[in-house]
Formats: sequence, structure tokens, C-alpha cells
Amino acid sequence: MATEHVHVARTFVDHLPILVVLVPFLAAPFTVLIGSRRLAWPIAFLASLASFLISVKLLLQVLDGGVISYHIGGWAPPMGIEYRIDAANAFVLLLVSAIGTIVMPYTVQSIKFEISERHHTLFYTAYLLCFTGLLGVVATGDAFNVFVFLEISSLSTYVLVAMGAKQDKRALTAAYDYLIMGTIGATFFVIGIGFLYAGTGTLNMADIAAYISLHGTDRTIMTAFAFIVVGMGLKVAIYPLHLWLPNAYTYAPSAVTAFLAATATKVAIYVLLRFMFSVFQPEFLFEMNAVRWLMMPLALVAMFAASLIAVFQSDLKRMLAYSSIAQIGYILLGISLLSATGLSGAIVHLFNHGITKAALFMGVGALVLRSGSSFYARIEGMGKVMPWTSFAIVIAGLSLIGVPGTAGFISKWVLVQAAIEQGWWWIALAVVASSLLAIIYVWRVIEVLYMKQPADPTPREAPLSMLIPMWIMALSTIWFGLDTELTMTAARAAADGLLNGFTMGGH
Amino acid sequence: MFDVDFILGHLNYWLFTVLMMTGLYIVVAKGNLIKKIVGLNLFQTAVFMFYISLGKVTGGTAPIFPIDMQIDPTVVYSNPLPHVLILTAIVVGIATTSLGLALIVRIREEYDTIEEDEILAIETELVRLENKELGDAMGGRA
Repeated sequence: MATEHVHVARTFVDHLPILVVLVPFLAAPFTVLIGSRRLAWPIAFLASLASFLISVKLLLQVLDGGVISYHIGGWAPPMGIEYRIDAANAFVLLLVSAIGTIVMPYTVQSIKFEISERHHTLFYTAYLLCFTGLLGVVATGDAFNVFVFLEISSLSTYVLVAMGAKQDKRALTAAYDYLIMGTIGATFFVIGIGFLYAGTGTLNMADIAAYISLHGTDRTIMTAFAFIVVGMGLKVAIYPLHLWLPNAYTYAPSAVTAFLAATATKVAIYVLLRFMFSVFQPEFLFEMNAVRWLMMPLALVAMFAASLIAVFQSDLKRMLAYSSIAQIGYILLGISLLSATGLSGAIVHLFNHGITKAALFMGVGALVLRSGSSFYARIEGMGKVMPWTSFAIVIAGLSLIGVPGTAGFISKWVLVQAAIEQGWWWIALAVVASSLLAIIYVWRVIEVLYMKQPADPTPREAPLSMLIPMWIMALSTIWFGLDTELTMTAARAAADGLLNGFTMGGH
Repeated sequence: MFDVDFILGHLNYWLFTVLMMTGLYIVVAKGNLIKKIVGLNLFQTAVFMFYISLGKVTGGTAPIFPIDMQIDPTVVYSNPLPHVLILTAIVVGIATTSLGLALIVRIREEYDTIEEDEILAIETELVRLENKELGDAMGGRA
């Protein structure tokens, strides 16, 4: 089934795996060198659009279960750096580049209000660098390369979060805390890679996997596993390691939050998946039941505790940040079930939650633009003032709950199926019960938006450049709730690829 | 019970562990933002030491081939790859440090302090005001 394309990069199409990363990477310094505020946006938009089109092409190439192996500079792996595209990372590439491109038109009006003018050019530079880093993490097949791209994206993320300082000075301390925790996470990750290299003598992921399946594991490799899971856990915001997330999401500019919430944690989850299933073999993982008995309780705690905290917030943006932590819990739950269905549930929820949260945070940005703040007390009755924005928030909110007909329902349905498949009905009940908490916090938003009287009832809808991206996302939550062909096929292919044909019998 | 040779033979790894833990402790325990960055630097430097230790081959010399490329197969070379990796990690470390320091400058401009407890007090006060103005009516906390 898994056919490996022999690598002879002769034509333009052969170079696509590197171009998807290289185009935004080269465009980033270009925006600074030109230094024109007017030209920065078109350059950034074209670069992200190019990446998006390349990702679509790459996904179509690997959807049948194939693998593209690209050798950088013609150096054959394991000596050279390899870019390895299969269904799992082509799917994540598509998510990241699609969100990056769709958020781009939204940024124009949003940052005009939220970021001081002299930072606009540098905003697009940092945005492109962050975009490059995220794509690079996903595309590469080299363990150390993951770390380098991870730091490119993280460092530019800290800058982007700090740009919220014009609105609220707490953005600076949020960015600082994120920098400290993010760096500790990345350093743990790099220690893990060091142990892996010490244990296996190679950095190529496929090569490490081959070594481990041939020679088995030892204490060095297990230590590596622990460091990598904890390090990535910080970037994913697994429940007790989530402390950086609420402040960073709340005080970052709205456009940045929309982009990060939909991509950054998702990419970190992808890295976790890749290391847990492709690099360390599933058989090895099953020996280490610790993952199940550690990750599943943490996922369940996240689902309930973070949802409960979200219920009691009085700031829409902060509420959504806590809801993100809860939704990450669902994804981790799917992973910790350690079955093909659970894994495809996790991957499809990764995608569906990405588009849902992008729509919601874009809605928040539009509300902030017109009312100056995202506190419930300030956005009362905005359903009458901004009908289109409010309705997009309602649709995405329904998807957050998991109402049938929306994308959120599909992924929760698959998760429930995966739990029942293993006879763990109480896990299925937990998924449903925590969705009830989501109903409460989404209902509070609807109540605030529609059942209160606005302070100033003159209609002032958000500009079209913000409404259109927001509605593309809101409608796609419905689209992917009704037509599951693309998402489920890709998620199944990705899950099968990750488990590598390995099926679990019982538990 | 204690294998003295094992412990002494891995001295560089022990040093790496001690340095790493010292750095991590400073990051967690110190309240001054600059001291935290210094701790982070120690923490990262410990990792550099770890990688460089990995590249050491007993009796190995510097991995530079003779100029005439007459390679003597009996000569043992150290592994250069971890050094190359660490060059990249050093660059990342410098970027992180400079960004952290830049953020501290901005924080001092806005808060007029770089002590964590004082910043926390200012932020708690801000949240209290927000709660009073916007939170109480909504039955939640801002």
C-alpha cells in the first residue's frame, strides 16, 4: 500500500515539499527589506496563498497512502535532512496553510485598530515567520529540524502576542511568561532528542523508528520519550502545563489569537502524535501503559475543569481560551484510546476544532473593533448591532458544543464510537457530560449577544474584509459537519499511516 | 552498591544534570525577570554541554581531515555532528535571550518594575477594577 516515490527532483512539482516552507520563509525578510506598509500585506498574502495551493496539491498526492520523501540538497537520508510528506502531515499542512491564508485578509482592519501603525510591517514579518515555522515543523522528517522550526514559530509567536500591548499592557507579561514556559518546553524537547541520538545514533525519524523496532528500547530511549512528551506537552497545553495559554490568548491581538488558536497547539499535537506513533513504535507505546494511565486522566480533567472555569468567565476571549484547553482534552483523549478509531477521532477533532476556534476568535475580533472590548458587559445586545458577526459566532458556538450538523458533532461522534468500541462506556458518557458544560458557556454568550439591550443601538457591522473570512470559517464548520468525505478519509488515512497497519486487539 | 567507576566515568553527565537543575531552579524560584532569563541561559547551556559530551569519542581527535586527504584509518575522530547541532541551538538561545530582554525593557516602561511580585500586584489591582466595573454584574470574574 505505502509506495515510496523514488527521489529524483527534476521538475518543479518534485520540489513542492520544500517550497511550501520556503516561499513564506523568503517572503518574511522581503517584507522588511521593502519596508513599505502598503506592500507588506500583498507579499504576505501571496506567500501564504502559494503555500496553501502547494499543500492542497501535496495532500492530493499522498491521499492514497503514499509517501513523498524529499532530500534537501540531494543528500540522501539518514545523513541528509529529509522532508517526508504522508497523509498525516499533509492534512495538518493543509489546515495550517488554509487558516493562515484565510486569516490574512482579516488582519488588515483588525490590526489597524489593535496594533500601533509603526509595527504593521513587522507584524506581517512575524506572522510569516510563525507560519513558516509551523509548516516546517509539520513537513520535516528530521528530529532536530523539528526543534529548529519549532523555535522559529515560537519566537515569532512571542513577538506577535506582545504586540497586543497597545490594547492592554498585560500582553507583555503574557508574552514573557509564554517565552519562559515555551523555552523550557523546547529545551526539554531538545534534551529528549539528544537522548534519542545517544541511543540510536541517528536523527532521521524513519531511521530512529527502524532502529527501535530492530533493537528494542533501553533506558536512554525511554528517558528520551519522557522528555519529548513533557516538552511537547508544554507547547500543546496538556492540562497541568496550560498556564501560559489563557493570558497569551486573551491579550494577543485578535487576528493573532485566531491564527494561533487554530494552528499552534494543533501543530504541537501533530509532533506529539508523530513521535508517539511513528518514531516510537506503537508496540513500544503499549508497553508503556503509563501513557494511557497518565494521559487519559489528564485529558478528562482538562475536559471538565477547563470547561467549568470557562463557564464562570466574564470576558468572551478568555472564556474561549479556557474552552480551547478543554477541547485539547478531547484530542488527547482520542490519542490515549490508542486505537485506529480513537486516533482518527483525535485528528479530525484537531481539524474541526481548528476551524471552529478560528471562526469564534475572528468574531471576537470584530466585536472588539466595534465595542472596544470583549467583556460580556461591553458586548451586550451586539446581536442587533452586528447581526452577521453575532450569527457567525452562534454557528461556530454550536460547533463548539457539538450540535448535529456541525463539524464539532462529527469529531465527538467518532470519539464516542472509539470509546464504545473498547467497551469504555463511561468515557463516552464523559464526552457527552462535558459537552453539557459547553452548552452552558456558549448559551451565556448567546444570552449576552441577543437578549440584552445594546448601549448604542445604531447598526455598525464589521467591515467586509473581516466578515468574509469569518463566514468562510463559520460555513466550513457546517460544510464539514454535513460532508465528512474529505476530513474523515484524510483522518483515517493519517491514523492508519501513524499506526502503520498495526491494529489493537482488546486492551 | 555504588559503582564508583560508573559515577566518575560519567562526570560530565553529572555536571550537566546539576547545571540544568540549577538553571531550572533559578527560573522557577527567582522573582526578578532578568534573573529568570539568566537561569534560562544556564539551563540551555547545560544542554549544550550534554550534546558536546555525546560527540566525544574516547581517544578521538578533532574531526578535521589532513589537507592532502591521505586519511589514516587508525586515527579516531570525534563525532562532529552534535557540535553542529549545538551551533544551531546556541543561535536559538541567543535569539530567545535577546527577545526576553527586549520584552523586559518594554515591561519596565509600562509597569516601572521588573520584580514579579510587584507586577503581579499591579495586575491583581487591574483585574479587581475590571471585576468591579464589568464582572460583578455578569455574575462572573473578569
